[in-house]
Order: sequence, then C-alpha cells, then structure tokens
Amino acid sequence: MQSEKQSNSPIKRLLQSISDASLVPFLAILTAVVIGGIIIKLVGGDPFLAYKGLLQGAFGSKKALSETAVWATPYIFAGLAVALAFKGGLFNIGAEGQLAVGAVFSALIGYALPEWLGFDLPIYIHLPLAIFVGMLTGGIWAGIVGALKAYTGGHEVINTIMMNYIALNTTSFLLNGIMKDRSPTNVIARTPLIAESARMPEIFDGLRIHWGFVLALLVAFLIWWLLNKTTLGFEIRTVGLNPDAAQYAGINVKRTIILTMMLSGALAGLAGSIEVTGLNYRHELGFSIGYGYDAIAIALLGKSHPLGIVLAAFLFAAMRNGATRMQFLTQLPVDLISMIQALILLFVAADAIIRYIYRIKSKGERVVLTRGWGG
Amino acid sequence: MSESKIVLEAKGITKQFPGVLANDNVNFDLRKGEIHALLGENGAGKSTLMNLLYGLHNPDKGEISVNGKIATILSPKDSIALGIGMVHQHFMLIPVFTVAENVMLGDETVKNGSLDRATVAAKITEISKQYGLDVDPNALVGPLPVGIQQRVEIVKTLYRNAEIVILDEPTAVLTPQEAEDLFRIMRDLTARGVSIIFITHKLKEVLAIADRITVMRAGRVINTVNPSETDSAQLANMMVGRQVILTVDKKDHEAEQEILKVEGISVRDQRDLETVHNVSFTVRGGEVLGIAGVQGNGQTELSEALTGLRSPTSGKVTIDGKDLTGKSPRVITEAGLGHIPEDRQRHGLVLSYSVADNMALCDYYHAPFSSRGVIQPKALDENSRRLISAFDVRTPSPFVNAGKLSGGNQQKVIVARELSRNVKLVIANQPTRGLDVGSIEYIHGEIIKMRDRGVAVLLISAELDEIMALSDRIAVMYRGQIVAIVDAKKTTREQLGLWMAGAQVQAA
Repeated sequence: MQSEKQSNSPIKRLLQSISDASLVPFLAILTAVVIGGIIIKLVGGDPFLAYKGLLQGAFGSKKALSETAVWATPYIFAGLAVALAFKGGLFNIGAEGQLAVGAVFSALIGYALPEWLGFDLPIYIHLPLAIFVGMLTGGIWAGIVGALKAYTGGHEVINTIMMNYIALNTTSFLLNGIMKDRSPTNVIARTPLIAESARMPEIFDGLRIHWGFVLALLVAFLIWWLLNKTTLGFEIRTVGLNPDAAQYAGINVKRTIILTMMLSGALAGLAGSIEVTGLNYRHELGFSIGYGYDAIAIALLGKSHPLGIVLAAFLFAAMRNGATRMQFLTQLPVDLISMIQALILLFVAADAIIRYIYRIKSKGERVVLTRGWGG
Repeated sequence: MSESKIVLEAKGITKQFPGVLANDNVNFDLRKGEIHALLGENGAGKSTLMNLLYGLHNPDKGEISVNGKIATILSPKDSIALGIGMVHQHFMLIPVFTVAENVMLGDETVKNGSLDRATVAAKITEISKQYGLDVDPNALVGPLPVGIQQRVEIVKTLYRNAEIVILDEPTAVLTPQEAEDLFRIMRDLTARGVSIIFITHKLKEVLAIADRITVMRAGRVINTVNPSETDSAQLANMMVGRQVILTVDKKDHEAEQEILKVEGISVRDQRDLETVHNVSFTVRGGEVLGIAGVQGNGQTELSEALTGLRSPTSGKVTIDGKDLTGKSPRVITEAGLGHIPEDRQRHGLVLSYSVADNMALCDYYHAPFSSRGVIQPKALDENSRRLISAFDVRTPSPFVNAGKLSGGNQQKVIVARELSRNVKLVIANQPTRGLDVGSIEYIHGEIIKMRDRGVAVLLISAELDEIMALSDRIAVMYRGQIVAIVDAKKTTREQLGLWMAGAQVQAA
C-alpha cells in the first residue's frame, strides 16, 4: 500500500515481475563467474581463455549448440518436475528416482512390447505409448509419496529420498538381471536397444538434438499454462501457498497434494522416457547421475517459473557441455565447472537465506505494523 | 491525584518503520503511583512507543528519562534494570513450568548447582501477600485460568523489582469479572507506589480506572486528559479523528423460518480433546444469534465444525433442512453458507494472491470465473472491481496482493466475498478483531444488512460489546457448552459476564 506503485497495464506488470524475479539469479551467476575467474587465475590458468573455451564448447558450432540442447532436455523436464511440486508446497527430492522408474519402463515398453505381442507396432502407437508409460510409472512412484503425505503426514522429503534408494537399487537389480542386454559382447548393466518404432525421429542428420528438446519447450509452456490459467493450477498454487485457506475455500487438499506429486513424478518420468526414446535408445545404469538432483538446483535458480527453468536448464547444459572444450584449451579440470555451478547455487541459496533472515526482520517489525492495520 | 514525581518521561520520540512513521515526536510522562492510560486504535503507535520504552526497538529520535535521569534503553535487560516491567498481550509463559519456574526464568536463583525453587517460592508468596496477588508458586502454569496467568506475569515484573509496569491490552483475554479483579490489583499496586501504563482501545475501561488518559492517533499524541473532564464520545472522536457512531442502528426484525439447526454436536480439537460438548441451538432467518464467551471455550472448534473445517464427533448440523454434518467446506458453501473466518490471514485469504483472486477464492471453479477448467481473468477482474466499489475496499488496484492491504481492508475483502454470494446463513467469527473503529462500524452495518434481508447470522465474538450491539438472541459458551440462551433485550452485561465466567444459570 505504502509507496508501492502497481501498474494496471498487464504488460508493464509482466515486465516488472520478470525483472524482479530475474535480478537475483542474474547477480548470482555474475558473482559466481567472477569468483570462478579469480580461482582459475589463482590456480595459474587464464580465466578469459577458460570462459572463451566454455562459450565455444557450448555455443561455438552447430554441433556444440545441438549438444547443449541435448543436455538441456532432461534438465528442463526434471526442473519442471521439481518446480511444479514447489508450487504445490512440496519438496520433491525424488526426481532422480522417478526419472529412473520412467526410463526403465519406457525402455521395457520400447524393447519388449513387440516381442510380447509378437508383431511390430507402428511408431505413432509405440513411441507415444513408451513415453506415456514412463510418465505414468514416474507419476505413480511419486504419487505414493503424495498419498503418504496426504493421509499420514509423512514428510515428502524423507519419503522421496527413501523412494530414490528403492528405485535406483531396483533399477540396478533389473538392469543386471532380467532386463539386461543379452547380446554376447555386452558386459554393461543396460537394457537391449528399443525397437525402431519406439525411437524419436532425428531433427537434423548427424546431430544428436532430438524432438524431445522441442517437446521440453512445449511442456514448459504447458506447465505455465496449467499453473496460471486453469482451475487445477489455482488449486495447486493455493494449497502450496496456504493449505488452511485452500481447505476453507473448499479445495480438496489431500487430493491436490497427491495430484501435484503425481504430476511432478510424471514430469520426472518424462525426463527419463525422453532420454531413452530420444537419445540413448536404451536405459543404461548410471546414465543419469544427478539429473534429478541438478533439477532441484535448476528449479531454485529458475524461481520455479517455467521460463526461468528453461533458461536455468540452458545455463547448466551449457556449462556441462562447454566444460570439455574449456579443459582442452586451458588444461583446467572439468571439476571447475561443478564448482562454478555450486557457487551459483550457493549465491541463489544464500540469497534465499539472506532474504529469509531479512524477512524475519521485516516481519518482526511488521508485527508492530500489523497491529497498525489502520495506519 | 496531586502532582507527584515524574518517574518516566519520553520526549520527542520518533520511530520510522519502512513505509510507516510509527511514532512522530511523541511526548509522554508517567507520575509515581498513577495509572496512565494510553488509548488509541490498532496502529496508532501505542505498542511501538511501549516497545521503545521496553527496549525491543530503539528510537530514531528523542530521549527517555527514568527518575529524572536520561536512560539509554537498548534491550529489555536495560529496561528491567531501570525498574520497568512489561506484561505483554500474549503471555510469555511456559505452560509446563510451575509459577515459580516461570517467574525466575531468565533470572534463575541457583543453589548447589540446581534451581532454588524454595527461596523463589517464598519471595513470590511475599509479593503475592504484599500486593494482593493470589498465586500458588508451585502450581503448573498451563492449567491456570487466564486471569491467574496474567497475575503470574505481573508477579514476574514485581519479582524483578519493577516500579513501572506496562500492561499491554491486559483485558483483551479476560471476562468482565476477571477484568474487575485486575483493576483491583492495579489499584493495589499504585497504592504501594507502583506506576502503571495501561494500554487499551476500550473506552469504558480507561474512564473507569485511569488517572490520566493519553490518546494517540497515527503515531502522534492527540491529547492528554483527565477522565473527569471527558467522556466516551469525546475520546472516540480523538481516537478516530472524526465523529463516530458508537451504537449500531438496528431496527426490530421479525425472525423467519429456521435456517441453521445444530443438534447435540460434540467436537474434538487437534489434540483430540473434546472441546465442544453436546451443543444445540438454532438460528432463524432474519436474526443474529450471538455466541458470547471468553476465548478458548470451544467457539473455534464449534465454528470449524459448522463450516466443514472439522468433523463433529457426534450430533447433527442442518442448513435449511439439508443434513450437512461432517460435509466438506465446499458442500456447505454451496448449501448457502457465507463464512467470515476467525483468522483472516490463515483461513480467509491467500496473502500473496491478488485482491481479485482472493475475491473469487471460494468460487473460482464455476462459471463465470472458470469455463471448462480454465480460469477467466476477465470475470475475476469484473467481479473484484464491482466488490471493491460496493464494499469500499481501499486498494490501489485489484492486482495488488491482499497481504499489502491493511487489516481492515483485508477483512473487507473477505466480507465482500462472503456476503456477496447468494447466502442463507452467515457465520461470522470474530469479524472485527483487531480492526479500526471505522472498519468495525462498516462491518457491523453489513452484518445487520444481511439480517434485515432475511439471512440467518451466527456471530461468534469475544467482544461482549459487539455481541450486545448486534445480536437478537445471545448464547453464552463456557467450557464447550452453551450455558444459556437469552433474548438480547432481556439481559445485561453483568449477567452475561457471570455466565461467561461459569456461573450456573438459575432457573427462572
């Protein structure tokens, strides 16, 4: 009320909210890059050359761009998964496990279904089915945690972590056992290749970028629309912001919690499915070391906004992808990139901490003000 | 009271909070042995001034002197050392500790490495005798009645040798009888040389007990007057800054058919204790049934059970003949309930949503606000603009977050939303708690309008004045039971107060 100016023009409001939301992440990235540069200098490297290598490696050629997009694809899906849960007031740490479940089942449908049926399926049935089953199983996997939360109050952070252990170890068991690629030369824990009819077509000859990337952008838009324009999104956000008010407003809070977790898990499962059907054409143990965990970072950096997540996913993808070129040019270890990523997150998170502290302060003062409603 | 020594003086105190000048060049003094009332609406700056005196905040400008010496009060420790004690509106007591343990907390007496409860208890007994404060040092604080807990707080200040005691809205949680008791204690204290600053927004109380009255408004001291030279109307005028109508204009209205029927419901709270026992009553169209009672006698659980936020363990609730026992809030809302919840920020609003979104919080899922699962922003916008002007909500625009509005305007958002629906029954729980006089006036008017339109109104309030002003019939709730239901015209404050304190209803 006080000095706040609120514009009535929707475009101005939009721009205002974008600049409000992106200021802190932008500063966090900048600060991390500067500190990263100082560290490179300290270990005897050339920071400018290093960053030049990073940029070249990420964006310097058609192939580099394609690879960045390939990296970004699972990041976008998994980031959206975590962000959707955040919006519903839930902390889904289980994207990694849900992703593995989705990947396993997509792969299973991909390589085994034609065998079971005894005939080949057309691509327009087989591919969507494989993806759908990956989403469904990821959704169910997370939905279990949602149901535990809704009906027993069991905390989703603990339960998603536990479910990760179950998912990852079961996956390992399956990939080493009944789902293992039986070809005589194979010693790796991986499934057989999926059928041609379950593979996404290439976009460009010779580049690994696949339609899953386009789908990721589409899904990001869809999630934005769902959250902001639909009654379901309104319910998810209301439960996330104020479950008591949600109950008062007649929203079925339990149902919404379960649904939010299922949607979140479905997105994580989709990340796994797309890696299988779009890129690897099989599921291999350890293909996703940390997509699900990086997703938490991406959701935080992107402020849980789908557009922010696409951008944050690109940043992470570019850093991962450009690291090799950086190492080639400067002989600096790739681990440096992990460090810069960690720094960015630290600053984003530290900002949250600072704001948190600040909010307590301002709340403390606001207590006095709140007695002063009239004022 | 003759001119006696000034024990505390604040000169030119200014304190700025982000966006609000909470204290603007405030002058205030306290004489030895007097009760100096500090009167003002919520937000007038009373609490800020006291927090400055008590060291919870530091002033930007101005000086405070105690017993003629300029004092630097940077923390409550400093103020305690200067002999200032404060009893907060919300008690700072630990329920699982005894009175003695609570009193010594922060200033523990230790003997042989363990707490010396006996010495402390002896000192408490001495203080109790000296000032007529009857407390048992060995009793657990949790089960004690609120009035006694307040005494423990007062003992706490005296135990620390306070000569200046600040009481922040001390009567808010008390029954009229307990308040009388408190006033007696306050007089006993001043007779023994303790000086009291008494913060309140209740006019009757200051006229009854204060030696001097200082009125604050919008961070400034308006005037300091003697009670003999003023009256309620003048004080209200100073508090609000304009003429205020203190009574609600209410015409007689014929009650119509039964709308809400509550038959023998019992409710358990979240600790699974039964806090409402076998309660029955009816509310008819065109009447206001007021439920009076001291806070915490089951009113919260009763209203939660009636509005679907909590399931009753037994009994039956019908609205307009439809059995709605244990149904969800949505089903009950659709049956014609408008609900002004007790805690507007917890239940009534999503503070980070816009005013427009909040105004459709209970209706977002159906036409015109949504169509095939898609929200229609235009309808939300039109609805909010209509309600903002109809209910005089002061907001820069419908897009402003509800959290940015003042309490009165937040409550108006809720009232607008709940009363603008086609309702048969309104349940209003503490509808004006913490609001300024202007907003109270407005909301009372809206509630009476609903009644005159034939809507059944159940009003739950801890403010007896509010109950008396609005109700056609009054039910008194005590320890989870309705102990009496009477015609509002045929009862008195005193009688209601006795019932609220647990007196048995005499058979007429």
